[in-house]
Amino acid sequence: MAPRAQPIIGAGGVAAGGCVVAVVLASFVGLGLKAEVGRGIGPAEWAAIRFTVVQAVLSALLSVAFAIPLARALARRRFPGRGVLITLLGAPFILPVIVAVLGLLAVFGRTGWLNTGLGALGLPELSIYGLHGVVLAHVFFNLPLATRLLLQGWQSIPAERFRLAAQLNLPPRMVFRTLEWPLLKQVAPGAAALIFVICLTSFAVALTLGGGPRATTIELAIYQAFRFDFDLARASLLSLIQLGLAGGAALLALWVIPNFPLSAGLDRALTRWDARGGGQAWADAAIITFGSAFLLLPLFAILLAGLQGLPLMPPVVWQTAGNSLWVAILSIAVLLLIALPMAGWISTRQRGSAEAIGLIGLSASPLMIGTGWFILINPIADPVPLALPVTALINALMALPFALRILVPPMRDVLGAYDRLARSLGLRGWAAWRWLVLPRLRAQVGFAAGLTGALSVGDLGVIALFADPDRATLPLQMYRLMGAYRTEAAAGAALVLLAMALGLFWLCDKGGRWRVEA
Amino acid sequence: MLRLEGVEIAQGDFALAADFDVTPGRRTAVIGPSGAGKSTLLGALGGFVPLRAGRVLWNARDITHDAPGARPMAMLFQDNNLFPHLSIAQNAGLGVRPDLKLSAEDSARVAQALARVGLEGLEGRKPGELSGGQQSRAALARVLVQDRPVVLLDEPFAALGPALRREMLDLVRSLVEETGATLLMVTHDPQDVRRMAEDVIFVEGGRAAAPQPAQALLEDPPPALRAYLGV
Repeated sequence: MAPRAQPIIGAGGVAAGGCVVAVVLASFVGLGLKAEVGRGIGPAEWAAIRFTVVQAVLSALLSVAFAIPLARALARRRFPGRGVLITLLGAPFILPVIVAVLGLLAVFGRTGWLNTGLGALGLPELSIYGLHGVVLAHVFFNLPLATRLLLQGWQSIPAERFRLAAQLNLPPRMVFRTLEWPLLKQVAPGAAALIFVICLTSFAVALTLGGGPRATTIELAIYQAFRFDFDLARASLLSLIQLGLAGGAALLALWVIPNFPLSAGLDRALTRWDARGGGQAWADAAIITFGSAFLLLPLFAILLAGLQGLPLMPPVVWQTAGNSLWVAILSIAVLLLIALPMAGWISTRQRGSAEAIGLIGLSASPLMIGTGWFILINPIADPVPLALPVTALINALMALPFALRILVPPMRDVLGAYDRLARSLGLRGWAAWRWLVLPRLRAQVGFAAGLTGALSVGDLGVIALFADPDRATLPLQMYRLMGAYRTEAAAGAALVLLAMALGLFWLCDKGGRWRVEA
Repeated sequence: MLRLEGVEIAQGDFALAADFDVTPGRRTAVIGPSGAGKSTLLGALGGFVPLRAGRVLWNARDITHDAPGARPMAMLFQDNNLFPHLSIAQNAGLGVRPDLKLSAEDSARVAQALARVGLEGLEGRKPGELSGGQQSRAALARVLVQDRPVVLLDEPFAALGPALRREMLDLVRSLVEETGATLLMVTHDPQDVRRMAEDVIFVEGGRAAAPQPAQALLEDPPPALRAYLGV
């Protein structure tokens, strides 16, 4: 078939995608100016590479390993609160990292609930800092993600297969072999690859729970080289290493990474005839209880400590909260300006070819782009006043891959159904957006905006590079309070931040779905 | 006059050739076995299916490469003829101006067209709030305000029951009689042909035959058409 005629939307998509690529490429230029590749990779860099890979591998494997029994239990059990629990599994995605870390500290930290209990029993204290703390936090964030991915897979097994298995009276072992194992083979590697890539560029977790020569990720090493030594050459070199590692992994993982389970609809419960045995039922109940406790206790701890800490917060918290809100709103605006035309353009192309651009956000790490831009801006202007806009821009880029995954499939559906009608009416360009695409995609646009707002408001990344004492976002201010051992005030700030992240998400998401037409 | 000049359409293994004129103002049925290419022929006329060779001319003007919306044609598809999130007045209004910036005069035309198809008072409804027959009427109101000299119907009433379908076809017939538009409609049903069509284009074996007077053709069908009709 001859090439299709001019698509009705997507004219600005190439320009928007070009802007994204330009922002990233410009940072490469900055890095290239400063990096002294000849200096080579020293032992400290090797240690950072090793730690980054080891923690990412462990985080991926453990998250998926725990997610398998949890997803299986959730897939085949129905109990009151199941829907709420599955919704909550989506919450860590929009939970600010620093808030979660504070919650984990409250449960697993030196004076946390676990160690208090161990101490009462006369058992030795467990330390949350270092490799196992980093992995613990990553599992906390990614276990829900892996569970949702697997649950999505489980629910793709047609009910008829389970009916057939029941009819044949297959024992649990055979149900696993014939139905569940083929599925796991398909979904689990992709889930692990996705988590691996996410953990490679982890910064805030390593900043708060890692550190020292034995627990420094590359991202953290960039920050330290930049912030403590102001060694831009070393920061640039580390950034290029990060790019090679994360970019390479993202490219490889592109083939196996599954669709992100961001949409709802996972709370549908199938009728299952197998696994009625007492042993399996008890095991499932135990797994669900344990899993929910692991995920909910830290949140509960934040709530508790935060309420006590609210009156102890210094006024600067509110000022930084205002900064964060501003950054988040700017991020949402930038994201929509980039993501909508890009999604429009991608939707009119062949499947799978152009989504890769969105992955730039995953492989190019925030600190890498931040370092590159700092080097470029520094000779021309003082980068510090630009800290907040640059943060907003980079946060939007980080949210881009998720936004594209949210927007592109329904946009393809809309074009599939209404492209002919729109073309026969001569509906195109802005009119097509105004009268066709935006009204049909309101819910998804709201969802993407909410996700971006929540991610941006809670982000502790590039702002840490640029900020000075007068310019901070709320997550950074929280980190400063934690560093000053003002834990109660930090907990209060955490509660404010949590409320802001959830509130932004809720507002945008509900706004998109408000009076949405069938 | 609509002229198909040495038209060839190819999609994978499928190929269709057509070379004929369609008499202006006539109602022409496009019939033939499933998969013969009836919808493809209409799609090519509407500008949705590219030609491998040949030209489509309207009043001696080459429209082969015109965008669908720029052709002198209004088309109704098998489904998705209305945007579900817009009111039927807005849906019909898109036929006047695709950016929906309607003047008072435009809006009056839309209201008039909706009244003509029997949807007075329902202008603010969304398609989902209407019955199947009313949805078809709304789509026809849009065709009416589009005011194009050629109307292409690719079985838009296939999902309606027999009585309702006949009602819609009668409405189409009176609408094109009023406007003088040339009608090309795909159908499966010889009854529809007898009821509606003055001419018939028979599509079979990779070829769309030139229009023949319907009555003569149905009374004495050539062998291929005889086989298709099962008479």
